[in-house]
Order: sequence, then C-alpha cells, then structure tokens
Amino acid sequence: MALRHFGAAAAIALTVGLSASPALAATEIQWWHAMTGANNDVIVKLATDFNASQSDYKVIPTYKGNYPDTMNAGIAAFRAGNAPHIMQVFEVGTATMMAATGAVKPVYKLMADAGEKFDPKIYLPAITGYYSTSKGEMLSFPFNSSSTVMWVNLDELKKANVEIPKTWPETFEAAKKLKAAGHDTCGFSGSWVTWVNLEQLSAWHNVPLASKANGLDGFDTVLEFNGPLQVKHLETLVELQKTKTYDYAGRTNTGEGRFTSGECPIYLTSSAFFGNVKAQAKFNFTAVPMPYYPDVKGAPQNSIIGGASLWVMGGKSAEEYKGVAKFLTFLSDTDRQVYIHKASGYLPITKAAYAKAKEEGFYKDQPYLETPLLELTNKEPTENSRGLRLGNMVQLRDVWSEEIEQALAGKKTAKQALDSAVERGNTMLRQFEKTAVK
Amino acid sequence: MQKQAIFQSRLLPYALVAPQLAIVLIFFYWPALQAVIQSFLLQDAFGLSTTFVWFENYIELFKDVAYFEAIVRTFFFSFAIAVSSLSFALLLAVMADKPLRGSMLYRTLLIWPYAVAPPVVGVLWIFMLHPSLGVLSRYLRNMGIDWNPLLDGDQAAALIILAAAWKQISYNFLFFLAGLQAIPKSVFEAAAIDGARPMRRFWTVTFPLLSPTIFFLLVVNIVYAFFDTFGIIDTMTRGGPGTSTVTLVYKVYSDGLLGGNLGSSAAQSVILMVMVIVLTGIQFRFVERKVTY
Repeated sequence: MALRHFGAAAAIALTVGLSASPALAATEIQWWHAMTGANNDVIVKLATDFNASQSDYKVIPTYKGNYPDTMNAGIAAFRAGNAPHIMQVFEVGTATMMAATGAVKPVYKLMADAGEKFDPKIYLPAITGYYSTSKGEMLSFPFNSSSTVMWVNLDELKKANVEIPKTWPETFEAAKKLKAAGHDTCGFSGSWVTWVNLEQLSAWHNVPLASKANGLDGFDTVLEFNGPLQVKHLETLVELQKTKTYDYAGRTNTGEGRFTSGECPIYLTSSAFFGNVKAQAKFNFTAVPMPYYPDVKGAPQNSIIGGASLWVMGGKSAEEYKGVAKFLTFLSDTDRQVYIHKASGYLPITKAAYAKAKEEGFYKDQPYLETPLLELTNKEPTENSRGLRLGNMVQLRDVWSEEIEQALAGKKTAKQALDSAVERGNTMLRQFEKTAVK
Repeated sequence: MQKQAIFQSRLLPYALVAPQLAIVLIFFYWPALQAVIQSFLLQDAFGLSTTFVWFENYIELFKDVAYFEAIVRTFFFSFAIAVSSLSFALLLAVMADKPLRGSMLYRTLLIWPYAVAPPVVGVLWIFMLHPSLGVLSRYLRNMGIDWNPLLDGDQAAALIILAAAWKQISYNFLFFLAGLQAIPKSVFEAAAIDGARPMRRFWTVTFPLLSPTIFFLLVVNIVYAFFDTFGIIDTMTRGGPGTSTVTLVYKVYSDGLLGGNLGSSAAQSVILMVMVIVLTGIQFRFVERKVTY
C-alpha cells in the first residue's frame, strides 16, 4: 500500500514538474499508462519522438501503476473532472469503458471529428475486432497485444524423449512422460487460469463463452462456458492435478518462474512472457500454438488477444482531440509498429507492419515470435472468437478462478464448479447491466 | 476559574481547536458521509448514471450467502490473529523483562518487524512458503506435508494468520513490556516470600495486573485484523483459493474496485464502520473501568 502511494505521489510530482516546464503554445496531451521496465522505455521514446516531430502538441506519459490501478486512477480522475486525454486500459476493462458513453470518445469518431485520415482496414482484424463494435467501428486503439502460446523447454523434452505436443491428448501424454522423467512436481502448467482454460479454450474450439457473440452484441449476454468441452477439459486437469502431472500455478502470472527455473517444462501463458524467458531461461526454448482437441470439428479456430488498448477520454476540447488523433496516426506508422513489435515483443497492429517484419526476416531466427500472430490469423474470426465484452471482467475472472480452484482441490466436480461459475458470473453481469448507461 | 483567566476571549479556544476539527471533518466525517450516501445509490463506475435505491444494496448483501461466510471468516481470522499474536508477544515480553545481559538489544530487535509494511510482509512470507520457490515449503514437503496453499484453503488461511500475527507481535510486545515494567517489584517479592513459584506468580500476579493492557491490545489487534490485513491478503492470496481468504475488507475492495459495484461496496463499508464503532465503544467503556482484577 505504502509503495503504491509513493508511486502515485511520485507520478503526481512528475506530472506537476513536467507541466510546470515551459510548454509555450504546445497543447498538452496527458497519457496515463501501466508499463514498466523496457516497455516503459518504449512509451517514453514514442512520446519523445512524437514531440520532436512537431511543435503543436506535447504528449506527456505518466505511469499510474498496474492495469487495475491505472484504470481506477483514470475513473477517479474522471469523477473529479480531470481525466487524462489518453488512458491505457487492459482488454478486460473494455466493457466497462465502452459502457461509459460520454466518459470516452470512440476512436473512429475522434478521427472523423478531427478530420484525420483513418482507414480501419489497415489494421489486423483479429486485434482490432476485440476493441470494435459489431459494426466494425473502432472504439479504442490497440496498443500492446499478445495471445496465449505454449512455452516449451526443448532440452527437457529431448531428455525425456518427448515430441512437442500439438493436441491436448498429446500434451497430457507428454506431461506424464516428463513427470516420469523427473519432473515430479509439475508436468505442465500455465498462468491466467481462466484466460487459458476457459476464454482461449472456447475461442480456439469455436465454442461460445457467452451468448450474444461473447457480449460484443449487447450487455444482456449470458455465460455459457459450462458446456461439454470446457467440462471435459477441466475434468482432465482435476484428474492430472492429483498426481501433479498438471500443477495449478495461480490466478495471474506469478507462477511463471516455474517455467524459467526449469520446474515445469511445458507452460501455457501470454506470448509477452518472451522478455522474461529470454532473460532468465538457461535452456533452449520455443513457443508453439496452444493445443487443441482433435475430436472437435474445425479446431483450431483462432485465438483471441490479451493486452491493452488506448482509450480517449471524453469532455476535451477539439484542439486537444486533434492532437490525440495525430498521435494515433503517428503510432499507426509501419516503421513505428515494427519498432514497437521488436522492442516490446507485443504484436504489430497493422497488416503492413506484420508483412514488413516478416520481410526483414525477423521471424527466421525466432519463429516463436510469430506464433501468436499465426494463432490470431489462423482462421477468419467467428462470433465465438472475435473477442469478449463482459462487464466487471476483472472480478468475473476472480469468481471463475475461485470455482476452478475448488474443482482442482477436489471440493467440487468440474461440472459443479463451472455451473456455479456461470451462475455467479451471470448475477454479476445482470448487476453490471443495471448500472450500465443505456 | 483559572481556565477563564488564560483564555481572555471566548472565541480563542474554538479558534485553537479549529484546525484539528477541520482535519477530522474533512478527512474522517466527510468520506464517511460519502460512503453512507453512496450505499443508497446504484451507480456505474464513472458516476454517469445514478439511481437512488433506498436499502436495496443492504438487502442484496444480506441475501448473499458469500457475505455471511465472509463475516464468519473475518471473525475467525481476527480471533486467531489476536490470540496467537498476543500470546507469543506476552511470552517474549516476559522473557525480555528479565534482567539479561544486552536486554536492550533484544528489545530493539523484537520491535523491528513493526516497521515493515504489510505488503512487504506478504512478499516475505510468499518467498518462504511459496509451493515451488519457498525455502520453508521444501522442509514441509520433506516432512511429508503436501504444502500447497494455492489450492488448499486451510493452508492459505493459516498462511495469512501466520503473516498477520507475526507482523503484530512487535507492537504487542512493546505494550506488554511497558505494562510489565509498570508493575511494582514489591508485589512479586511479596508473592515470592509467600512461597509462590514463577509459574504461579505469573498467573496470579502478573497476568491480572496486566489485564488492562491485554484488553486494550485485544481490541487493537481485532481492529488490526479487520482492516490492516488487506495488504497481506492482496499480495499473498488475493482472496483465494476459492473464497477461503476473502475477509470483509477484501470484499469491499474486490466488489468496489475490481467489480465496479460501488453501491454494495459502500454498504459493506458502512456495516464495517458500525462494527468498529461498537468495538471501540466497548473498549472505552471497559478500559475506563480499568478491568477488574
């Protein structure tokens, strides 16, 4: 708590310090974000480059803590009447943001009002779809996107004489062999238990997570992930948990050290894990697409994204919006997208940037960096795989995790746990629907 | 009479307490009032649509089984934290109260943990007891205990109680030590002359004479366990596994900030506020009477 407050105080001090510096006629654009370390450097560089490229606008980036902290800071600032111009919000905050008509300015509208050239077709639909209305109007600007991949410790697989698995049954077999070969505390595991085992699993097999195109078509969506596929998957995990062939590694990504330390030789998590793997893993590794169940017709479909997008807040002047629009155009530039892709490991958002990175041979030495893009563009997205738009998603994930944990601990069967997760989740969705602005 | 001689003007005393009153009003009463108002509203996170719903938030809350579970859990946690922390601190204080060489050093060292912020405590214990990284978990596993607080709710609860109690030991120790030193030596000497052994002297002389301190600390510890354990829970378990470490305060945070349900969150805060007012009321009543012994 104290540390977080210090962070906030430092951020305020920084903002005050920066705004006190002579900005002359330049219109200031506040950009609140949640990036740390190398990714923070990328943000600072983008802002500095933009400010140097013209003299009318000045983008001021401010770190506001982790994703939920940044979002809450933005919401609190809005209530107090001094919201930033641009706010980085994680993908699960999308429904909350878009429900706040008046508090946000949709990107497609911003670009039209500012008279800025804007062609939504240049962006990768698998990425922008998540942040667009069902009519294809872009609501927020994708900034850092990733997807779920399966990280594999090549050395350990070779030692245990195991091929890289492609399907779930193969993965379970591989994990059993790896366990027998000495990985007795963890054959395989993963982070973000609901993202990987419910959200991505459903999209990857073209099965609905919720009705109304997973909420994209309306707030009256109802959860539907207690179907046979998800139940069977969870039942298998529960069974494998007993012998630690699969070993639960927590709700968020705190368990990721178990891959880099070598404990878990197969680990499903975000492609953005790359930076840590590269820095810490003392073994040969790769990232391959998520496994699928071969008996499901049409699988694999396409994966959905994780990460965050930039939301433009409402109630600002036309002049300020013009600056924001120019900045978004600046970010869409092909070379700049390639730079962000290479520097942060997050995905490029335009088709041109993807093509250019490929052309430059970026994926030749590191084919695993292309894995999430291949997953996202595997097939034309369906209504089950375009994205998710569920209110109160942060807490929804907590509730789903609670139920999955009870199943893994043997207190409930997989079916009971998922039924209860659906029921509790639906209550929360109805609550959200009640407060959402009509 | 003398007071009036000091304050010539009738207004001066009010002027002098005004800053303090202003602080109390702005930082305590104003937010508390806001919480009460918010608890009657149904509002989205941004405050764009607001409906007055009377007691709906409270009614929903009392219909929710999870809320009652959280109440029972919070009382259990508070009791467990207070008892374990108090008994251990008392033991340490009695030991440190003995005339030992370098006793000042022991005393200072025993007070240190109080300076550690709760989330840091959480992180420290995570490092020691993480199922795959922790030093202590390796010993536990070697002893044949299947240590996995990520899935075992009882173990997770034990972990929270342990970390929270450990953090509070220093504070309790400080008060116990002061309390022990305030007991006149002659009472012990008299008891010793009467032939009472150390254990008997502790239970019949020290313990009753310490009872005001114990009672005071009991209330303080319960209030601590109610509120200040948030940082520890948030860093260590985030309420999991299942809901086995969701306390009332954690629920306020999770429903309000993670779930965006400000009305329910405010209603829960108001209920918590009432609980603490009652606790404090009891404390004032009894501490004023000095607790009988």
